[in-house]
Amino acid sequence: MADWYSNFANSGFGTTVTKQLGLPRPGVLRRYEPGGPLLEGPAVVGSAGRGRLRDTVTAVLRDAGATVVSPVVADGDASGEKLGAVVLDATGVTGPADLAAAHDFLAPAIKRLRANGRVVILTDPPAAADSPAQAAARQAVDGLTRSIGKELRDGSTANAIYVPEGAEAGVAGPLTFFLSGRSAYVDGQGVTLQAADVPATQDAEKPLAGKVVVVTGAARGIGASIADVMARDGAHVVAVDIPAAGDSLAAVANRIGGTALQLDITAADAPQRLVEHLRERHGGVDVIVHNAGITRDKLLVNMDAARWNSVMAVNLQAQLDITQALLDGDVLNPGARVVCVSSQSGIAGNRGQTNYAASKAGVIGMVRAWAPAFAERGATINAVAPGFIVTEMTAKMPFGTREVGARLNSLQQGGLPVDVAETIAWLSQPTSAGVNGQTVRVCGQSLLGA
Amino acid sequence: MADSSKPATRKAAIVGGNRIPFARSNTAYAAASNQDMLTATIDGLVARFGLQGEQVGEVVAGAVLKHARDFNLTRESVLGSTLAATTPAYDVQQACGTGLEAAVLVANKIALGQIESGIAGGVDTTSDAPLAVGDDLRRVLISLNNAKTLGDRLKALAKIRPGQLVPDMPRNSEPRTGLAMGDHQAITAKEWEIGREEQDELAARSHQNMAAAYERGFFDDLVTPFLGLTRDNNLRPDSSVEKLAKLKPVFGTGEGATMTAGNSTPLTDGASAVLLASDEWAEAKGLPVLAHLVDAQTAAVDYVHGGEGLLMAPVYALPVLLARNGLTLQDFDFYEIHEAFASTVLSTMKAWEDPAFCKEKLGLDAPLGPIDRAKLNVNGSSLAAGHPFAATGGRIVASLAKMLHEAGPGKRGLISICAAGGQGVVAILES
Repeated sequence: MADWYSNFANSGFGTTVTKQLGLPRPGVLRRYEPGGPLLEGPAVVGSAGRGRLRDTVTAVLRDAGATVVSPVVADGDASGEKLGAVVLDATGVTGPADLAAAHDFLAPAIKRLRANGRVVILTDPPAAADSPAQAAARQAVDGLTRSIGKELRDGSTANAIYVPEGAEAGVAGPLTFFLSGRSAYVDGQGVTLQAADVPATQDAEKPLAGKVVVVTGAARGIGASIADVMARDGAHVVAVDIPAAGDSLAAVANRIGGTALQLDITAADAPQRLVEHLRERHGGVDVIVHNAGITRDKLLVNMDAARWNSVMAVNLQAQLDITQALLDGDVLNPGARVVCVSSQSGIAGNRGQTNYAASKAGVIGMVRAWAPAFAERGATINAVAPGFIVTEMTAKMPFGTREVGARLNSLQQGGLPVDVAETIAWLSQPTSAGVNGQTVRVCGQSLLGA
Repeated sequence: MADSSKPATRKAAIVGGNRIPFARSNTAYAAASNQDMLTATIDGLVARFGLQGEQVGEVVAGAVLKHARDFNLTRESVLGSTLAATTPAYDVQQACGTGLEAAVLVANKIALGQIESGIAGGVDTTSDAPLAVGDDLRRVLISLNNAKTLGDRLKALAKIRPGQLVPDMPRNSEPRTGLAMGDHQAITAKEWEIGREEQDELAARSHQNMAAAYERGFFDDLVTPFLGLTRDNNLRPDSSVEKLAKLKPVFGTGEGATMTAGNSTPLTDGASAVLLASDEWAEAKGLPVLAHLVDAQTAAVDYVHGGEGLLMAPVYALPVLLARNGLTLQDFDFYEIHEAFASTVLSTMKAWEDPAFCKEKLGLDAPLGPIDRAKLNVNGSSLAAGHPFAATGGRIVASLAKMLHEAGPGKRGLISICAAGGQGVVAILES
C-alpha cells in the first residue's frame, strides 16, 4: 500500500522529473511520534485587531516546549531560521479593515514556513458577531484559511479555530492538535469551540490513561488503527467487530493488550449486550468510536432494498441505537466522548453511493443534534469525515481512479488510517471538551465537497 | 456434607471459554496441527478476557491423537501464545473425557487454593494424525541409528522388507477388542433396544438447536473463527428426521442396525479452552463468574470381559456424584450428555430409568428416573458441532456455564461424557 508516486516524487530523479513537468509534488507528511517535539521549528504569533488569545496561544506553545519568536523578526529577514508554525489571533477583528493586519503578519511569516509547517488562525464564530461588518471579517477568516491551505506545499497545513466568548479554556487542546503531527492529514478545516469545563492539563504522553475505549469495526483497516492509537495513548480498548471477523479481532486485541468483543452491532439485542458487557467488565465506558461501516455501492436506480437497508443499519442506525443505549444504561463515565465516523461522501456525495452517502450525512446531523444533550453532562459527541484514505479497500480500486483520487487534495496524496485514528484520539482527549457537535474532515483539504 | 476435618475448600469459578469452530476431518483444518489449533484457541481466550502477558496458575490440556513430538503440547502452545511465558502447563489424556477431566483438575487446584486461575483445554486433529512405522521397521531403524560402522549400518538396512513400509494408521478402535467405537455402541444400542427413529430425532434436534443458538448469537463469546471457518462445518441447520432416515447404517449388522453417519459423530478437528478462577481472582480482574464447578466423578466399566457397554461408564459415575451432593437426577435445569452417538445418549438415559439395571448394576433402591428432554442439550451437542475428542469437554463446560449464567443464580447443570477404554466423566455446574 506504499504510495509509489510519493516515493518517486521524493526521490532524487523523481524530484527533477516532477518539477520539470509541473507534476504534483506530495510532501512526506510529519506524523506524530510519542516524545517528539510539537513543532520542527520556532513558532511566530501575531494578531489582527485587539485579540484576546495571544497570551493563551503563546502559553500553549511555550508549555509544549516550542520556541516563540517575535513577528518583527519574521517580518524582517526572509533568510532567517525557518518557522515551524504561524499562529494568528484574529479574535479582535471588527471589520474588513482589520484584516489588513492579518495580511501584513501572515505574508512574510508564511514565506518562511518550513516543510510540514502549520498555520492556525483563531477568531470568533461569525454568527455571534455584533455587526454585519464584524461577521464579515470573521467569515473572511474561513476563506483566508482555506486559500492558505491550498497555497501551502510540502505537507504544510492551515486550519482555523473559532472561539466564542467564554470558550477560551478550550483552545489549548485543538491548537495543540493542529500544530502537532497528529493533524498531518487535516487541512483547510475549521473547528468551532463552545464553553465547557475543560481540564487545564492532561498527560501529554498518555492523554487517555485509564480510559476505557470502545472501537467498533476494530478487526481491520481504520478501526484497527484507531485501536492501536488509543492503546498507544494509554487507553484500554474494547475491540468490537462481527463474530465472523473474530480471529483478526483477537489479533488486534492481543497486539494492544485490549479485549475482543464479538458482536454484530445490527442485532436487535446488540446495544443491550454492549451496555451489559461494559457495566460488568469495566463499570462504564469513557469513549466509544462508532467506526464500523460497510459499502454496498450501486447506482440508485439499480439499488435493491437489501443494499440500502444493510448500509443504513450498520452505518447509521447502529450508531444511534448504541449511543442511546449507552445514555439510557447510564454507563457513560463523566467526561465521556462519542466519536462517529462519517465520510467525505456524506459531505460531497458520491456516484453509486446514495445509500452510503445518506448514512454518512446522517451521522453529521446526528452529532450536531445530540451535542447539547452531551454538553449538559460534560460529555461530547463529534464526527470525523475521512477523505481518500489508503486502505485495503482503496488498493482494490482501478489504478487510474485511485491515483487521481489520491491527488485531489491540497496535500496531493491519500491519507493513512493512522491520520483518521489520530483525529479521533484527539477528540477523545480530556482537553477536547470544548469541541462538541463538530464534524472534522480528515481529507488533506479534498476538492470534493469543500 | 461438609466435613470439618477436611481443609477448607472453595468452588472454582468458570469465567468463560473459547473454541475454534469444529471442522470435519480433512476439511478446513486439514493442514493445522494440534499445536496450531490449541495456540489459536488460547489466544482467542486471552483476547476475550484481556490476559495478554498474564501468568495464569496453570494451563492443562491434552489431545487424544498426538504426535511423538507433541510430548509437551500444552506448554509449547502456551509458549506460542500471548500468555506470559512463565505460565506452567501440563498435558492430560483421558480419551474423550480429556477436556472435562482437565477442567476438573484445574478446578481442584483452585479449590485447594494451590492456584488462583487456570485454563483447561483440549484439542484434536484427525486430519494431521500421527502415522507411525510398524514395530518391525521401527526396530530396524533404531538399530540403524545405533550402528557405529558402515558395515553395521548396511546390515541393519538389509533387514528392511517391503511389507514393513506400510505405516500404522491410527484407528478409532479399542485396542483390546479391535472393534470400532461405533461397533461397540451398536451392541449397546441393540441391548437397550434403541430405535432408529429416536436416534434420528435426537440428531435432528441437535442440529436445529445448535443452528438456532448460532442465529441468536449464543456463540458470539464462545467461538473465535479460525482459518476462514466461522461456524462448525458439520452443522446442518436444515437437518430433519426425514433426511436422516435416508441414510444407511454404518455400525452394527443386519436388520437391527440403526446407527448411521447422521446419528453418529464424524471425525472432527478442533480445540477448546475454558478459563477457571477463584471468585476473588475474577473479581479483581473485573471478570464475570458464569458458574461454579461443584463436583465431578469418573468411573470405568469392564467392557472387555464384564459384559458392560463400552460407553456406559457415565451411567455408573452419576449415582456416586448425586449421592455425594445430596441430589436427584431431576434436580437439574440443564443436562449436557455428550452425543458420541445418538444411541449413547438414549441408552444412558434408558439405563437411568431402568429399575432392574439401577438395582442390579448400580445398587440403587429405585431407578434414577427420567430427565426432562426439554432440558437436554438445548444448544446442540456433538452430533451437530462434531467431536474433536479432547476438545468436547471444554466446549460443553463453557456453553453450559453460559446457559446457567443466563438462566440466573442458583441454576444447576449436569455434564456426562463417555470415553474410550470404557471410561466416563460426570460433573455438576451451578450458577
